[in-house]
Amino acid sequence: MKKLINEVDNVVSEMLDGMAKACPQYVRRLEGLDVLVRAGGSAGKVALVSGGGSGHEPAHGGFVGKGMLDAAVAGAVFTSPTPDQVYEAIKAADGGKGVLLVIKNYTGDVMNFEMAADMAADEGIEVEQVIVADDVAVEDSTFTTGRRGIAGTIFVHKIAGACAEAGGDLADVKRVAEKVIANVRSMGMALDACTVPAAGRPSFDLADDEVEIGIGIHGEPGVNREKLSSVNDISDKLLEKILAEGIYAPGDRIAVIVNGMGGTPLMELYIANNHIHDVLTEKGLVIAKTLTGNFMTSLDMEGFSITLLKLDEELEALLNAPADTPAFVQA
Amino acid sequence: MATLVYDCIAGIAKTIIDNRDFLTDLDREIGDADHGVNMARGFQAVLEKVPQDVPDIGAVLKKTGMTLLSTVGGASGPLYGTAYMEAGKVSMGKETLTPEDLRDMLDAAVKGVEKRGKAVQGEKTMLDALIPALEAYTAKLEAGASLLEMLDAACAAARDGVEYTKTIRATKGRASYLGDRSIGHQDPGATSALLTLEAIRDYCREA
Repeated sequence: MKKLINEVDNVVSEMLDGMAKACPQYVRRLEGLDVLVRAGGSAGKVALVSGGGSGHEPAHGGFVGKGMLDAAVAGAVFTSPTPDQVYEAIKAADGGKGVLLVIKNYTGDVMNFEMAADMAADEGIEVEQVIVADDVAVEDSTFTTGRRGIAGTIFVHKIAGACAEAGGDLADVKRVAEKVIANVRSMGMALDACTVPAAGRPSFDLADDEVEIGIGIHGEPGVNREKLSSVNDISDKLLEKILAEGIYAPGDRIAVIVNGMGGTPLMELYIANNHIHDVLTEKGLVIAKTLTGNFMTSLDMEGFSITLLKLDEELEALLNAPADTPAFVQA
Repeated sequence: MATLVYDCIAGIAKTIIDNRDFLTDLDREIGDADHGVNMARGFQAVLEKVPQDVPDIGAVLKKTGMTLLSTVGGASGPLYGTAYMEAGKVSMGKETLTPEDLRDMLDAAVKGVEKRGKAVQGEKTMLDALIPALEAYTAKLEAGASLLEMLDAACAAARDGVEYTKTIRATKGRASYLGDRSIGHQDPGATSALLTLEAIRDYCREA
């Protein structure tokens, strides 16, 4: 498997330095740590800290900046960052108004972020957390660890970040984040697996005419494997599962993410959106905003996910508020 | 001259590092193919960072736990980190151990993992190796057996526990996403727990 890397052990560190050098107006890297913080600091506002395993770029470092995150912690590829790193991110981001952790629902992420939150709380920093679990491919029951957090996390960053930027207090920012989480659902699929640099081979094998439906963002197998069909058919399947949640009713205003997994051309994402938009509109949903592109990727995986967020006035205003980050700019 | 507790930790580290690919392959079946890679990275750091000449067993275990916590990542980092740190808490200041001390350390480690992982036995996790091992060890201890007999019983029970994980579906961790598809595969975390216990047993046998 061909990769544009140097030493496998250095991929995360070299990536972070590269980001900091590309966007010094937005981010700087904390010395000796795998943490990107806002170049201008976060004094006087509630700080948002997120992170997770690397390999999901631009998540999360690409969303550090005005109106979104204050710090992002990068773990090894597809591996949660460690508590000491998260703790340093919390300390660096804290602007005196408290810190909200935005955690994707994975066993490791939750444990590491919670341990870091305990350490920060011991130092007198006010820390709250929200856990994003938007992937409808996974059954939410007492028999699983719960749904995974995937591309819907971007809406949490955007909307809670706007609330913090506007001067919301920690309770308010957390409330808004939880409102997003309650109203956002996603589902993804892959044409092919991804290749983790350290492993050097695809995480699973698919035949030339097979696709994996309900895939996560770590090359973990999906819910079922089936024959490749048209992107319209595939989109219908993903939408059907998301709409079956019963959150979205005719007349609702919604926001959509058609998210690439890293190895899919924008052309194909727009082709998908062409149909997704029509299907949702036919169902009486009003699409207030659509994001199309690579927001929460899975290295070089070919595939995409669909995310729907039901909006109310508050969420829509915050979603439309300005943001200025390496990967998301909105005037 | 390295202390005995360092030598024991080094034995565990060698076992984990030697089984890096085996553990990763198990994880590829039902997880995200990084358990061996992450654990090996952590124990490599342990070999480099844990001082060889500190006689305080609790202090060495605490340093081991802290090192794992800051280098392993994923779920295994907090879980194994907690296990070593909790075992270190109950052995702090000790330079030798009785069989009762060892039981208390294992007990503390198990309780720490249960609390950190919010898990119980039967969820296809490392607890399915550790809890039977603790029970078997305790039973032999109460029956007045020798230390090696206790450790052998603990390892045998842990091995049975690993076999048992093949028969059940995961309800914790990433393997739980697979539902019934996780049945038939042994749990990587239970396997690394078994390897740890066997390394401790082998160290005590040779010491």
